[in-house]
Amino acid sequence: MAGVIVRTLSVPKRQLGLLGQLVNNQQSRSYADAAPEGKKVGGPLADEDRIFTNLYGRHDWRLKGAMKRGDWYKTKEIVEKGADWIINEIKVSGLRGRGGAGFPSGMKWSFMNKPSDGRPKYLVINGDEGEPGTCKDREILRHDPHKLIEGCLIAGRAMGACAAYIYIRGEFYNEASNTQVAIAEAYQAGLLGKNACGSGYDFDVFVQRGAGAYICGEETALIESIEGKQGKPRLKPPFPADVGLFGCPTTVTNVETVAVAPTICRRGGSWFGALGRPRNSGTKLYNISGHVNTPCTVEEEMSIPLKELIERHAGGVIGGWDNLLGIIPGGSSTPVIPKHICDTVLMDYDDLVRVQSSFGTAAVIVMNKQTDIIKAIARLISFYKHESCGQCTPCREGIAWMYKIMQRFVQGNAEVHEIDMLWELTKQIELHTICALADGAAWPVQGLIRHFRPEIESRIKNFKGQKVAVTR
Amino acid sequence: MFALIGSVQRNLRFSSLRQLQTSSKHLSDALFVHRDSEIDNTNSHFEFTEENKKRIDSILKIYPDGHKRGAMIPLLDLAQRQHGWLPIAAMHEVASILNVPNMRVYEVATFYTMFNRRPMGKYHIQVCTCTPCWLRDSDSILKTVCDVTNCTVGSNSADNLFSISEVECLGACANAPMMQVNDDYYEDLTPEITTSIIKALMKGERPPPGPQNCNRYAAEPITGLTSLTSEVPDRSFRVRPDL
Repeated sequence: MAGVIVRTLSVPKRQLGLLGQLVNNQQSRSYADAAPEGKKVGGPLADEDRIFTNLYGRHDWRLKGAMKRGDWYKTKEIVEKGADWIINEIKVSGLRGRGGAGFPSGMKWSFMNKPSDGRPKYLVINGDEGEPGTCKDREILRHDPHKLIEGCLIAGRAMGACAAYIYIRGEFYNEASNTQVAIAEAYQAGLLGKNACGSGYDFDVFVQRGAGAYICGEETALIESIEGKQGKPRLKPPFPADVGLFGCPTTVTNVETVAVAPTICRRGGSWFGALGRPRNSGTKLYNISGHVNTPCTVEEEMSIPLKELIERHAGGVIGGWDNLLGIIPGGSSTPVIPKHICDTVLMDYDDLVRVQSSFGTAAVIVMNKQTDIIKAIARLISFYKHESCGQCTPCREGIAWMYKIMQRFVQGNAEVHEIDMLWELTKQIELHTICALADGAAWPVQGLIRHFRPEIESRIKNFKGQKVAVTR
Repeated sequence: MFALIGSVQRNLRFSSLRQLQTSSKHLSDALFVHRDSEIDNTNSHFEFTEENKKRIDSILKIYPDGHKRGAMIPLLDLAQRQHGWLPIAAMHEVASILNVPNMRVYEVATFYTMFNRRPMGKYHIQVCTCTPCWLRDSDSILKTVCDVTNCTVGSNSADNLFSISEVECLGACANAPMMQVNDDYYEDLTPEITTSIIKALMKGERPPPGPQNCNRYAAEPITGLTSLTSEVPDRSFRVRPDL
């Protein structure tokens, strides 16, 4: 899950009184408006700019094949350049976290780069990919594991970490074993361990498998899980950069973020930064699922128009573009957007925030007009109800409550005013919990009400009509 | 007087409208508490095999001193692989290896959904029915699985060959609908393909996992590649000169 949502405001606006309105006005200007001049739209990406050259597993994923494709090339020189050089390249590239929250990676890594207090530092790789719609890390873990392992070494050097733990979700057994084999190869070749790559830097990489809990994608829950406890998120602060894994400074990053780092360092941050719109730079793995003719995972440039992405790679919507009902653009936690927005929206952090959705993990779930959209969202709520860890009351009780209401909405067995009640409920759940899972559950419902309210109302009306007909 | 009756009636009507919201008893799909039974009781004994003991030694090595408890999930997983499911005796064995109270192990074993605290069939079939799979008609896959194995969700078949679960997203959404049989993913399913997979399992075969549509190797578009069509460039391609 990876802390899907950026929490910008920790205080509800209403509590700020007049000031809240000011904040509101301030926010109506989107970040994209203030973006520096540069590219206005991204894509299509040339093959030579693609990072994941073995995305479809057509080549050898093991060390020999990976080295032929450019992995582990000049890694020693990169590691020898030192922490500041690596962090600067990542900052120049404008890389933002690929797990959903989109935090600038260069800045995040630099939090760790402070004088040591004697405790070891750890890098934790979040491969607990469980967000419905998202299946990008799986391709990296099974087809390009050496990119990830090399990334661990480089990111670890940038942070001064002594070891990396790659946390892979338990269901990915074959993927985890590929990664484990790749690590063993790297150790044998002297690329990891003592004096990694001959650079004089000691670095270890370990794999830990999870056991089927979506909540472990949240960074502090993931840390708890590696420590052998229940995956229940910790209250922050202290942030993991101060007290993390085994009580030591830790950074948790997504698989994809780390896996692109070596190529960025080799080709230079400015190459990566020139792709996509300013502040949304780089390439990204998109997962296109649902009602498209050819569902697929593909690497494309950031800021590619959503329509072009679907038509070019996924063979278009089943029944044609005009048969489109709505799209969930970034995995289940992001609000659905209707067709008229999909026509023009760009796939990047800023533009999706502009349309009141979110980039998330770029997992595009397409729904055509034959879809029962209320049932689709209700199924997501049942997912969140199942995956709530049960620590915070708004999440544990609120999502179960939302689920009950949504089940009635699917049939239409409800009153119209309950739609507003559900909206209010989502607002009470959002931002009132330790982690962002509850926000992720509240957002899809908000998206549904925002754009598909007439659909819910007409279903309620139909149900009432049927009921009257039966009683007569 | 009538007004009074009216108000009482109104109150009654409204009070019947208001329902109490309570926590559900079962947060997990499985039973949370342990009940002693013939096959699963506190007096029974569980021991890791010699081979697994070696594995345990190497697992424990990746955790720093004083934090060996981190090996809890890998050890429980190992116990489950050895025994087929996770009896309470195995939890006690893990607790004694890690030197933690039994309760700490119970906590973990009940929290994570991959630990099965009841006997499982030889093949654990997990059908994903989350939204991306549901959009590609996973309901028909689940129905087929239940029909062919003659077994319901959450139970074992009569011959103890199959256990069926309906699970949340398994992370293969571009290959929906899909199911997992033990550790293998079977993707791009149709009811017919599902039937043939289960028939093969009944015969003791292991059908090749992965996308069942022969045009596809992984998550590429089914009609042919739209990217990565050119040769992979040389390893020194575009590498900056100052390295």
